Amino acid sequence: MIVTIASGKGGTGKTTVTVNLAAIAPVSDIQVFDCDVEEPNSHIYLKPENITTQEISTMIPVVDKELCNLCGECEKLCQFSAIALIAGKIMTFPEMCHSCRGCAMVCPEGAINEGKRVLGSLLEGKNQRGIELIWGELRVGEAMSPPLIKQVKQRINPEKFSFVDAPPGTSCPAIETLRDSDFAILVSEPTPFGLNDLALTVEVLKKLNVPTGIVINRADTSEPTSSVQGSMPDTIIDEYAEKEGIEILQKFPFSREAARVSSKGLLLVDEMPEMKKLFQELYDKIMSRLDAIKEKNPAKQAEGTMS
Amino acid sequence: MKELTVISGKGGTGKTSVTASLATLAPNRIVIDADVDAANLFLTLEHEVLEKESFEGGHKAMIDEALCTRCGECLERCQFDAVSEVPDNHDAVSNISGEADTASKGSGTVHTVSDKSGKFVIDPVSCEGCGVCVHFCPADAISFERQICGEKYISKTANGPMIHARLGIAEENSGLLVSQLRQKAKEMAIKEKIPMIITDGPPGIGCPVIASVSNADAVLIVTEPTQSGMHDMARVKKLADQMNAAVYLCVNKADLNPEATDEIKKFCHENGISFAGEIPFDRDVIESMKAGKSLVTFSQGPASVAVKNVWQNVLSFMEKRMDRLT
Repeated sequence: MIVTIASGKGGTGKTTVTVNLAAIAPVSDIQVFDCDVEEPNSHIYLKPENITTQEISTMIPVVDKELCNLCGECEKLCQFSAIALIAGKIMTFPEMCHSCRGCAMVCPEGAINEGKRVLGSLLEGKNQRGIELIWGELRVGEAMSPPLIKQVKQRINPEKFSFVDAPPGTSCPAIETLRDSDFAILVSEPTPFGLNDLALTVEVLKKLNVPTGIVINRADTSEPTSSVQGSMPDTIIDEYAEKEGIEILQKFPFSREAARVSSKGLLLVDEMPEMKKLFQELYDKIMSRLDAIKEKNPAKQAEGTMS
Repeated sequence: MKELTVISGKGGTGKTSVTASLATLAPNRIVIDADVDAANLFLTLEHEVLEKESFEGGHKAMIDEALCTRCGECLERCQFDAVSEVPDNHDAVSNISGEADTASKGSGTVHTVSDKSGKFVIDPVSCEGCGVCVHFCPADAISFERQICGEKYISKTANGPMIHARLGIAEENSGLLVSQLRQKAKEMAIKEKIPMIITDGPPGIGCPVIASVSNADAVLIVTEPTQSGMHDMARVKKLADQMNAAVYLCVNKADLNPEATDEIKKFCHENGISFAGEIPFDRDVIESMKAGKSLVTFSQGPASVAVKNVWQNVLSFMEKRMDRLT
């Protein structure tokens, strides 16, 4: 089963939820994937050891100038301005290339060879608890993260249980991460920004057909709130969830202590018993949701165990 | 004209809250919201939309069932697993083709049936818009229309225009959209003699961030005193260096971990980053957001005072840099 933790808005606590859930789960069958390859942070908390690193690259064209007859068919086909005939010379712009191989397919002279552009690294390691972490790290300066995310996700073992930490936003990197998930946990906060981006992510998940539950972070209403007229109430996420028919899986209160513990790269489930209790409840709730999904869709489960 | 882009690497450090305040403090500027797939600036700056324009992104391939000979050439050529062969369901066929396609939309799974030949469909979410299938289809059965991927806006605010956008649900080309917003802003700045463009950048270091930072004079990194914040700040600083932008930095929620804040200051000192100030944790930041106002408009509290100080520092850093350049 693949459970993905997403949010839309950045900094709502995706990584915190992912790593603490992983730490509370029985370790024998758990894998954690950090698909926020632009800024991966799960390793800071899970502290994997014996890390192996593998370079990940993508195909780019390299033109054999001896064979090229300057016909320009490649330029005509390329939608990304990655190959062009300029001043009687064929030029490539590797950073623009989307690796569709169209230029190589269309070239009548077979003049296009396979080169590579480094996308980043795929890293993996296991921590002292036995949690396996697999993550990607995009090369600084590389624009395209989805192909690297795809590579990270290819390591998902369908027989194991996977928690996947998603990148913020609602465009290509988030979609590449969320697709094929069995369940998505959306971490939000009761602010206008949090609600706006949560609603966008819910629309994406409807399109991808992924069932969803919400976690509200910094949900505390006991702190003094403003008396300003027209100020939004702290229950905006609850109201939205009710309207959309999405279950609220857990609420985490705002806590300076929790912010301090997390800021040091420590796990809340280790340092704060009251937080451990909340994460245990959340874990149990997710498991019962997954059981319901399995019952509803036994074919998918069989498919998973067969491969 | 000067261009300043606010970035962070890590999400949720306070980019938009800081940008909204800078945009309020700058007397005459254009502000851009470049976080196009999760735009929030419009929620905190009072504005009136003056102009709307649709955003045309890339092309998407779509198979015309009536012309398709089911040869499978497209499936073989596609590098993005966007083409799949699905069972020829009579209900779907009786629909008009557009509706039949919606049934397969976004499922993300590739259904291949080998026992009998099914029909071919292209998942619009997976389609990269490369046109390879269109070119090689022997029956010319694949259309390749430009897609409307979102909407661009020009709005009026108290001290200058705001240029923003909304990317459609599950749409692509956020980098292209950001480039178009910045191009529009530059044209307006030159025409209306506006001396400054402030851009609220997206999180991360990928394509929309690169599009937000390229050719900017300076970036302001908003970070937080956490292990994650520091890890991501270092990566985004490297990106800004690659793109030859001057780097300024401020620490938000600085008092949540003073030791980490000191470490960040040391990092700035050692890496040629101009330190623009510390902003303390202050409930007024969230309250101002809830009230739909920028922090400096809403509050005179400690965070508001600190952001005003950050703005003064950024201004003087930029003036010094301009002197050096001219």
